[in-house]
Amino acid sequence: MQAIKVKSRFNWLLPVKAGLLAGVIALLLALVGIVEIANQRPVIPGVLSVGQTLLLLPFLWAGYRAVRQAGSGEEAPPRFWLFVNGALAGLLTGALLTALLLVGKWINLRTVFINASPELYNLLTMGAGPAGVGILVPMIAGLVLGVVVAAISLLPERMRGSVVLGLSLIPVLAILSSALFAGRGLSIGSAIAVFVAATGGSYLWSIMQARVKERINNHPAGQRAAQWSRWALPVLIIALLPLLGKYPSEVMDMVGLYALMGLGLNIVVGFAGLLDLGYVAFFAIGAYVMGVLTSPEIGWTGIHLGFWGALPFAVITATLAGIILGIPVLGMRGDYLAIVTLGFGEIIRLVVLSDWLKPYIGGSNGITRIPKAVIGPLEFGTPQTLYYLIVAGCLIVAFASVRLKPSRLGRAWMALREDEDVAQAMGINLVRTKLLAFATGATFAGLSGAIFASKLTSIYPHSFNFMVSINVLCLIIVGGMGSIPGAIVGSLALVGLPELLREFTEYRLWVYGAALVFMMLNRPEGLVPEARRRLELHESEVESLDESGEKHVTVPG
Amino acid sequence: MEQGRATMLAPACSRLLAKFRLKPARNLECRSWASAAQAGLAHSKTWPRYKDVYKGRIMLQRLTRRVSGTTVSMWLIGLVILAVVAYGTYKTLALGKYSLANWTDLIIYGVAQGSVYALIALGYTLVYGILRMINFAHSEVFMSGPFIGYFVATSLDQAGFLDRQPVIGLAIVLLVAMLTSLTIAVLLERIAYRPLRRAPRLVPLITAIGASFFLQYTFRGLFGSGIKGYPEIEQLKGTWPLAGGVNILKTQVVVIVAAVIMLAGLYYFVQRTKTGKAMQAVSEDKDIAALMGIDVDHIIVVTFAVGGALAGAAGVLYVLLFRQVHFFMGFIPGIKAFTAAVLGGIGNVVGAMLGGLVLGIAESLFPNLVLDGLGIPAPYQLKDALAFILLVLILIFRPTGILGERLAAKKA
Amino acid sequence: MKHHKVLSIVTLAIVVGLFMAGCAPAPAAKPFVCTDPVGCVDIGPKEPIRIAYMMVVAGPDASLGTDTKRGAEIAIDDKKEILGHAIELIGEDSGCNAEGGQTAAQKLSADPKIVAINGTNCSSAARAAIPIMCKAGIAMVSPSNTAPDLTAPDRPAEYWCYLRTAHNDLVQGKAMAKFAWEKLGVKTAATVHDGSLYADKLQQVFADEFRRLGGTITAQEAVAPTDTDMKPMLTRVAATKPELIYYPIFIAAGGQITKQAKEVPGLENTYLAGADGMFSPDFLKAAGDAAKGMYHSSPDFSAFGAGYAEFLKKHEAKYGEKTLAPFHAHSYDAMMMIFAAIEKVAVKDADGTLHIGRKALADALFATKDFKGLTGNLTCNEYGDCADPKIAVYETFNADPASWNPGAGPENNPRKIWP
Repeated sequence: MQAIKVKSRFNWLLPVKAGLLAGVIALLLALVGIVEIANQRPVIPGVLSVGQTLLLLPFLWAGYRAVRQAGSGEEAPPRFWLFVNGALAGLLTGALLTALLLVGKWINLRTVFINASPELYNLLTMGAGPAGVGILVPMIAGLVLGVVVAAISLLPERMRGSVVLGLSLIPVLAILSSALFAGRGLSIGSAIAVFVAATGGSYLWSIMQARVKERINNHPAGQRAAQWSRWALPVLIIALLPLLGKYPSEVMDMVGLYALMGLGLNIVVGFAGLLDLGYVAFFAIGAYVMGVLTSPEIGWTGIHLGFWGALPFAVITATLAGIILGIPVLGMRGDYLAIVTLGFGEIIRLVVLSDWLKPYIGGSNGITRIPKAVIGPLEFGTPQTLYYLIVAGCLIVAFASVRLKPSRLGRAWMALREDEDVAQAMGINLVRTKLLAFATGATFAGLSGAIFASKLTSIYPHSFNFMVSINVLCLIIVGGMGSIPGAIVGSLALVGLPELLREFTEYRLWVYGAALVFMMLNRPEGLVPEARRRLELHESEVESLDESGEKHVTVPG
Repeated sequence: MEQGRATMLAPACSRLLAKFRLKPARNLECRSWASAAQAGLAHSKTWPRYKDVYKGRIMLQRLTRRVSGTTVSMWLIGLVILAVVAYGTYKTLALGKYSLANWTDLIIYGVAQGSVYALIALGYTLVYGILRMINFAHSEVFMSGPFIGYFVATSLDQAGFLDRQPVIGLAIVLLVAMLTSLTIAVLLERIAYRPLRRAPRLVPLITAIGASFFLQYTFRGLFGSGIKGYPEIEQLKGTWPLAGGVNILKTQVVVIVAAVIMLAGLYYFVQRTKTGKAMQAVSEDKDIAALMGIDVDHIIVVTFAVGGALAGAAGVLYVLLFRQVHFFMGFIPGIKAFTAAVLGGIGNVVGAMLGGLVLGIAESLFPNLVLDGLGIPAPYQLKDALAFILLVLILIFRPTGILGERLAAKKA
Repeated sequence: MKHHKVLSIVTLAIVVGLFMAGCAPAPAAKPFVCTDPVGCVDIGPKEPIRIAYMMVVAGPDASLGTDTKRGAEIAIDDKKEILGHAIELIGEDSGCNAEGGQTAAQKLSADPKIVAINGTNCSSAARAAIPIMCKAGIAMVSPSNTAPDLTAPDRPAEYWCYLRTAHNDLVQGKAMAKFAWEKLGVKTAATVHDGSLYADKLQQVFADEFRRLGGTITAQEAVAPTDTDMKPMLTRVAATKPELIYYPIFIAAGGQITKQAKEVPGLENTYLAGADGMFSPDFLKAAGDAAKGMYHSSPDFSAFGAGYAEFLKKHEAKYGEKTLAPFHAHSYDAMMMIFAAIEKVAVKDADGTLHIGRKALADALFATKDFKGLTGNLTCNEYGDCADPKIAVYETFNADPASWNPGAGPENNPRKIWP
């Protein structure tokens, strides 16, 4: 971002900094154990594993940084220096790994770092072993990679983009294939095919796209097709997704349930600005009411309804719970609200778990034998059929959200979010507006919980922990606060994507955490930001320019 | 100089007016004030007054509507909870299952646990006071100190040093733990929070949650997921007699005394030292503080450092009491400490201490005192629920915590 | 420009993905005819035999899953190959909850190459996963589910593919009650559970049996697994004056109760008893000196296979730390049982292709008899309970984790004292 003036032709500091930083990251990756685990998965069997790919990333990043910064001076430096820069950065990254090998040779690091195993050392030296010359392998690899990065950077811009795309698509596809279809990586042939196809294709597209677009736009039929495809394509994709199979549908089911909750929380947090950290409570209430009313195990109620009979009760109970929670927190603001709602979530979980209510709602034993939803001959039993039920739920809720947003109530919520005092001064009834926000949010979560219970056919208190609330909050913020498509995209990103990372089950949350931080630092407005919010963020950037006169503004495309 | 400051405040003034959506006439007012400031006619100190005039008008409206149906229903809910609590307490005491010594014991346990909560809560409250953000990753700052300290403690123990020189040994462990936590807290600020200083409030919250996961699983990956048991210190085993036939554990005495010393030290630091005063100024208003010549970035770093070091110390006290470290150990105390900070009035240092103590005692005492009389089985299963109900109760009657938010006028 | 690039990536990914999905299960014509009612797995000449774990390897309960996963990995290291085929372990995080179990099961059941499953860890995950796995016909052996209903005579017919090597809570809870009544001669006892299915069931079985024998249960308390300050709860227990406290929970909270019980007035001389959930050297670390004199119910180690000590050595060498939870040996046995069953039913073609009938494999597993495992001699009954039900009670004499060597001899610590 910031333009660093290169006074001398060669600034030692840049590659050194980049190299050392990347080295630390590489060390962390190695010692945390993810490299070793990922090493069991091939990208191209016998040639490259996911673990090795992972270990390559810091080297590439170091080279990229060093080369880019060297090239960002006012006058472009001679090519020779680019190579030196890249090589030096790669070398330093490797040097840290070599240092680890050296230390590991003398001291048994395993008493502290459990992953500093001989297998790791073997991996770092590419099988040469940490004795003798093998110890220099990381440095040599770094050197080579640095030069490669510098070479790629010299390609013309279009070609460079295509090559990078082609290269990165290989591991992505390999992981995708093993995550979704139990494949075992790509063969060398198919890897080359993917690379050639992707590189060639994107290169061609980058050359042709202007012309193709023009042709389409000039032709009336093309225009119509383009317009149609804008909404017909997503509809088609959504409708046909279950054809991918059982597991992708299962993932989409979870994505859908979280999207339902996300849309609800979006109203509470995104529209009305009331930070709710205990949203799971309503989800739990929906699920438990469904369980209590339908399961043949629960006898004290004397009622055994089917899914559709119990659904309204589940939803209405959740709504009422939303109002009941809403009353005591009416006068609280910001973080007081956050902690009280968090507490409410925990209270619900602890109460359903407790021995006190065990005779009525099962305690730690949970409620089992909850029936599945049935319409006529159709039972929503498989992930594929359930998918349509959940999509239907999402559509209803999304429709309600879309209609609510510009309504009088929706505008009142947004006024509340911006400034409670002013909103009240404008004649907005705070009590009613706030309670309606809580109630609407709770309703959606209750619906999601009810479907969840019938999907699982058994529910346990442990399913309703604090993590669910956090997940939902994260997904609406990652998707873009206040944005309706954002809640769905966020759900795909935070519930769907981690499923692909199940490859690295033990490190799923580690990656999740790092990704959250990275995302917030680089795109705080979310993936699909609400128009108004994007403007606000943009505006603050302009302001910071006004005030400090230093910060540069980058206009997001 | 004065003129320059006023000029810089002018955009802030228009921003405020824009936010309040006042009519162009008002905007003119603002502009004329700004140009007067530019000409050196107006003093920059008049600017807060502008803010207050508008806000005051709205506050007045609020006040007049204050006593409404909601207030009544809120109070009703509060009173119902209170009545249930009172009834349960009466029943328990009437049953007379427990002796006075039992109750004293419960309170002592609560105080020991509460002083650890208080120390962690300080980190939340300090950061909150300055940045208005919940530093969710603070629980991992708390975990990291004793975790690294564990390796030092075991090697000292194996060398026999911990038994020969328990005071020095413990001091070394404490130092290592505090330094570790401090480093992590400062790194966190530098990497994850500083770039987001001007982002909407929820963004740093999500970053903090992400950082929290990342740190937890980094520790798990690096050091393993097993429970690590701290070595026992011979000299700290056993009890000391207290008045009335009640005995108090030596570790509890050490924990309470150490916590009191540290809390007093922090209070002195914030109230009396120059840096502490600068911290107060920054928490009052970052922009104004910067105009006064305070290096805001530096003060924020100091705040994270102090909060981190205290968390590390709290971690060591925690393992003195419970002698286990585990990568997930920070989560629950973290949530509790945050609750304590809110209970006392967030942003308020004394409030955090008080909140910690109240929460500790409530957790230890209330399940027995309140729920036993109501005939609820296994009441300690519900102690967290009870702690949160207490929080709701206090916030109903005192919406900004026991001691009140020090910066009540400011919006959280 | 940017958008189009993204679009082209996505399109390409979908096209290639679909392409691969279509190609992945390419069945080749073979002379072998599958007669199994559920279906067969065919393993090509150079393909490995794929077995999946379904365990909780992330989140707060991860140590349980990591422990059993390691047991499975060591079993593979030991077995190396079956009928000339390598063994491959893949897996899914099933979490310790129903939705985790369901998701993991849906994914694994979609993989036609999986021969058998080792999992789940938690009974809640099992209840959601079993119907799915059985529908897909994949046999499933759990190393650590202990809830009685999973292998009860009235279990649903859709559980036909499920077995376990972990012992049923019924056996263990009863054993401890009998020991307390007969050997210790106590008349009053209190129980504590931590809200987990495992602990809740065990303490209930114990309490029922103890009452049946004529004893009095003075209190049934509960804590959270993450609790650390147990003294308030123990003060409450102390007021009911039990002679024994039974808390069949896990190491972290169990260690705290053991340690703090000695510090609470009134409980200084109360017997403390736990179950196999905390029968490990780590427990001694967590509880310290207070562990001395504590009773644990656990499988009878004198009946344990001789390989156990060697297993522990391999574990330490491979993972750099001690075992994390008590079910690694059960997981090892589950794997070995699966291997043996595969060897029994697999049909090998001339070109080296293996054919394994799914129903036949499950039947072979249910027919397991006198199988020498690390945890004893395993014999499966018709409902899938395979554990060797010999439960012993051990007393800890030395709190030093290094002295951990359970057995029946006078030099052992903890030492078997009953029956």
